[in-house]
Amino acid sequence: MSFVLGLKSKETGREYPKKALYVCEYDFSPLEAFYDYDGIKKVLTREKIEKGPKSIWRYRELLPIDGEPTVGFYTGFTPLVKAHNLARELGVRTVYVKDDSVCHPTFSFKDRVVAVALSKARELGFKTVACASTGNLANSVSAHGANAGFERYIFIPHDLEKAKIMASLVYNPHVVTVNGNYDDVNRLCGEIASKYNWGFVNVNLRPYYSEGSKTFGFEIAEQLGWRAPQHIVAPAASGSLLTKIWKALKEFEQLELLSGPVKTKMHCAQAMGCSPISTAILDNVDFIKPVKPKTIAKSLAIGNPADGYYAKDIVKKSGGSAAMVTDAEIQEGILMLARTEGIFTETAGGVTVASAKKLIESGAIGPDDEVVIAITGNGMKTQDAIQDVVSDVIPIEPTMDSFEKAIQGKPCRV
Amino acid sequence: MSVKVRIPTPLQKLTAGEAEVQIEATSIQNLFVALEQKYPGMKERLCDENGKIRRFVNVYVNEEDIRFLQQENSALKAGDDVSIVPAIAGG
Repeated sequence: MSFVLGLKSKETGREYPKKALYVCEYDFSPLEAFYDYDGIKKVLTREKIEKGPKSIWRYRELLPIDGEPTVGFYTGFTPLVKAHNLARELGVRTVYVKDDSVCHPTFSFKDRVVAVALSKARELGFKTVACASTGNLANSVSAHGANAGFERYIFIPHDLEKAKIMASLVYNPHVVTVNGNYDDVNRLCGEIASKYNWGFVNVNLRPYYSEGSKTFGFEIAEQLGWRAPQHIVAPAASGSLLTKIWKALKEFEQLELLSGPVKTKMHCAQAMGCSPISTAILDNVDFIKPVKPKTIAKSLAIGNPADGYYAKDIVKKSGGSAAMVTDAEIQEGILMLARTEGIFTETAGGVTVASAKKLIESGAIGPDDEVVIAITGNGMKTQDAIQDVVSDVIPIEPTMDSFEKAIQGKPCRV
Repeated sequence: MSVKVRIPTPLQKLTAGEAEVQIEATSIQNLFVALEQKYPGMKERLCDENGKIRRFVNVYVNEEDIRFLQQENSALKAGDDVSIVPAIAGG
C-alpha cells in the first residue's frame, strides 16, 4: 500500500511523477515527495507504529516507496539518551541526545536516507547507484549497496579523513576521489547524473533520499512519548536534515499522533569555517551566500547548501536560532559529550554540542528548558580531529613499582 | 565579445536542443537580456518577477559562482565560459 502521490516543486507546487527527478523544470527549485495524508490517517496509529519493526520502516507509510522496503531492515530506531551529566555541564534542565553514532550499518544518520534511496532505486530499476559525499554518505551507499547488490560509484573530495575512505573501500565500491571540495564534487555529479543512467542517491534520487531524514524526527517524538520537544539543535550541511526533522514533527501533528501542538524551536548548528545558513539566520538576511569551506567538520563542509533557504525559513518560523563554532570549540564539544555521556561523536557532533552550549549561554535556550541534541555520526571516523586534544597514555614498565610511581598524585577513588 | 553559455537540459527546448550557445555580452546582466532576445522565454525561466536571478539558479563564469564575483554585475570578456546550473542537490 503506497501513500506517496508524486513529487512537487518546493517553490511553485508544480507536480511531477514518481521518477528519478530532482529539479522543477520550470523554476529550477528542488522537488519534494507529497502524500495522501487522509489515506495515511485512516491506517496509521501510535499502536500500529509501536508494533512495527525496530527500524526506520516502522514509519513506512510516511516514506516515499511504492512496494515493500528492500534495504535497511536494521537501520534507525537509535537511542534517545537522557543526558543528565551533559545537562548539568551545559546548565540546562533537560538534555536528550538522539544518538545516530550507533546507526546500523555505518554509524551515521546517512544510513536512514540511503535505506530509503536504495529501496527506491530498486523500484525505479537502477542497477548502479552513486553519490557525492563528504564521507558518511559514501560509507552508507557502499555498505547498504553491497548488501542490496548494486554496482556503486562513490565520489568524494580528495582530502577526506583516511578512516572515512577506508570505511567505504572495505565494501568494494568504485571510490572516485575528486581534486576539489564537496561543492565541486556535487556539481560534477549533477553533470554525470544527467549523462549516465545511474541512481545518484543525493542527486536524481534526492527527493526520496531526503525523506529518510524524517525518521530521525519521528523517532524523537515517539521516544519522548509522542510529543515534540521544546528545542532541537541540529547540524546543517545542505540543511536537509533540519528541514526534514521539522517536516516529521509537523506530519505527526497533522496525523494527530502527538499529545499536543508542535512548539519546537529548531536551531541550526554550523562550523565557523562553513556557516552559510547560520550566517543568514544571525544576520537576518534573506540571501544564502555560498562560502568556500575551511573547517575540521568535513562532513558539514558544504558551501553551497541545497536546502539552505528552507532550513533558514524553518529556524525563523519556529522561533529558533543559530550558532557557529570554531574548530577548537568543535574539539571541546566532542570531548564534552564523551566525558559526560560516554558517547564518541564525530566532528559534526562536536559542532552540534558546541552550538548547543552557545545557544544556552546566549539565552536562546533557557536554563529551565528541554533540548534534544542531534548527534549524527560516530567519532571513530574522525579520530585525527582530536588527536592533539585528548590526554596522553600512561606508559609504564610491567612492575608494581613503575605503576605506583606513574599514578602518584592522580585521583584514586575506592 | 562572444562568450560560450552552457544551457541546462530543461532550457534546451528554448535553444532548439543546443547545449552550448555563443552570445555577445559584457556582463551577466546583459547576457540575460541577450539570451532573452535570441531565445524568447529564457528570462522568465531564469529570473523571478522582479528580474532577479531565481534563487535556485546557479550561474558560473569560468567555473566560479557569480555570488563570489559581482553577482549580476559580474563582467564578461571574450571567450569566457558561462554555465547555468539548476538547483544544486547534494548533502
